Amino acid sequence: MEWELVMGLEVHIELATKTKIFCGCSTEFGGAPNTHCCPVCTGMPGTLPVLNRQVVEYAVRAGLALNCDINRYHKFDRKNYFYPDLTKAYQISQLYLPFAQNGHVDLKLKNGDTSTIRIHEIHMEEDAGKLIHSSYGDETYPDYNRCGVPLIEIVSEPDFRTTEEVIAYLTKLKSICEYLDISDCKMEEGSMRADVNLSIRPKGSDTLGTRTEMKNINSFKAIERAIAYETKRQIALVEDGGRVVQETRRWDESKAQTFAMRSKENAQDYRYFPEPDLPPVRISEEEIAYYRSICPEFAEQKAERYVSELGLSAEDAAILADSKYLAELFEGTVAICKDAAEVRYWMMTQVLYFLNERNLQPADITLAAEDFAAFVQIVKAGRINRQTGKTVFEAMFFAEAPFDLEGYIREHDLEQVDDDALITETIRALIAANPKAVEQYRSGQTKIVGFFVGQTMKQLKGKANPATVNAVLERELNQG
Amino acid sequence: MEIKKELVSYVADLSRIRLDETEVAEMQAQMSEIVGYMDILNQLDTDGIEPMSHIFSIANVLRDDVVQPSYPRADILRNAPEHTDEAFVVPKTVE
Ligand SMILES: [Zn+2]
Repeated sequence: MEWELVMGLEVHIELATKTKIFCGCSTEFGGAPNTHCCPVCTGMPGTLPVLNRQVVEYAVRAGLALNCDINRYHKFDRKNYFYPDLTKAYQISQLYLPFAQNGHVDLKLKNGDTSTIRIHEIHMEEDAGKLIHSSYGDETYPDYNRCGVPLIEIVSEPDFRTTEEVIAYLTKLKSICEYLDISDCKMEEGSMRADVNLSIRPKGSDTLGTRTEMKNINSFKAIERAIAYETKRQIALVEDGGRVVQETRRWDESKAQTFAMRSKENAQDYRYFPEPDLPPVRISEEEIAYYRSICPEFAEQKAERYVSELGLSAEDAAILADSKYLAELFEGTVAICKDAAEVRYWMMTQVLYFLNERNLQPADITLAAEDFAAFVQIVKAGRINRQTGKTVFEAMFFAEAPFDLEGYIREHDLEQVDDDALITETIRALIAANPKAVEQYRSGQTKIVGFFVGQTMKQLKGKANPATVNAVLERELNQG
Repeated sequence: MEIKKELVSYVADLSRIRLDETEVAEMQAQMSEIVGYMDILNQLDTDGIEPMSHIFSIANVLRDDVVQPSYPRADILRNAPEHTDEAFVVPKTVE
């Protein structure tokens, strides 16, 4: 039987506020355990939460960007569960009246198709703490620095049919949040987390199968693997005459499997009730209008502009525009050196290569647009050739900005050799030393010219102007 | 609504509270009383009345996003029955 995959996503995004959602403790990542804590976020009796204004702004702006209806009146609820990652034994969340509902995200797929993922709702909530388990003893040490960091949870409808759609959706959410400057969305650091609800059904059926929910997936790659694993598991189970049980399953990256969580962890009876400690929130029309007015240009509009105004291909434009950090570097550099084609070349070949090779994120780029633009101008002026340019670019990319470009070229003696006399001298010596190759060339095997180009470059330490080398070779080889 | 023993045990389980037989009976009586009171409220006709979300008719009690000093860690940990120098100690939550 042919099976169809049906998925829905719950994506948690940590908002990049300076303080926690209900207290003034810092949200900074990586502090010593339990040093960003106060009586409010550790749930001491008698304390009261006070909502962070910035959380509401960031959340509403995300809701607008995801085409949601913003509820002008929303409130908080208590989600009760007793687990040591929470200090209060409940999480303040929104169930009955979340701040945003009925949104959608349009995705562009590789084959050119578009697909629309509906968003059921987005709510605000507080993050839980981190549990550090003793590797030998029977103890766990909760770290509550993250407890109370603001989150939005974006709940989609079960509209995903392929892994490609899931990845495209997450990439788009990340891109939107970057442009809004409301989250860094780093899956590795947990500031973006996705739970995948997955079920299978016979292709063509319109009833939903029983779903499982996968948690603890920490990277795009892990999501792909987890979906593939869980799909296979469910199909094998059903084809063997079994039934899928609705349950939460934990993805184990090292074992590349999902495991059912213990039944106690599975007991999802949260006994929600209205949060009595927080008054409701009203959002005015003026606020909404203001947030709309400061909405930035997102990846799609940017990509279109890169194609129409800067002459990039649609593929390159999409890649550069997807990340705010790549787009800023690209646009900033083009603004100075006015050569989009040249900047595109170095972005696509060098910048993306280094990010991929070193497993870096675009947000980690330290290269300044000023340095990049100066580099482009030096290459265009012919002061270094493109091959040498790659070495220089690498040094510049990994150095602290500002980079001393002139100093580096001088120090490493990289200035391009475009001295006709020197190049001619080098080539004549090579011709004299390789009569056989010359013979081959003259008998019509002109491809052998590549050998001479390589040898000339080697003799001149890769600094020669390739155009001059080619011209001189042509002249010299065809003489005599 | 009748509060059965099983429900008391279920709620205790969700709350990670261990109750012995006597305590279950005690809780059963108390919870029945509380939920019985809700039954009285349920007799009222509330059709067309907006559920109250807060006892005061206020909204938008907000604070600015300005970092305040957190508490010294030792003070935060002090009330816990068990702690190390840097963290609370709880029974291990994974097997
Ligand atoms: Zn706090």
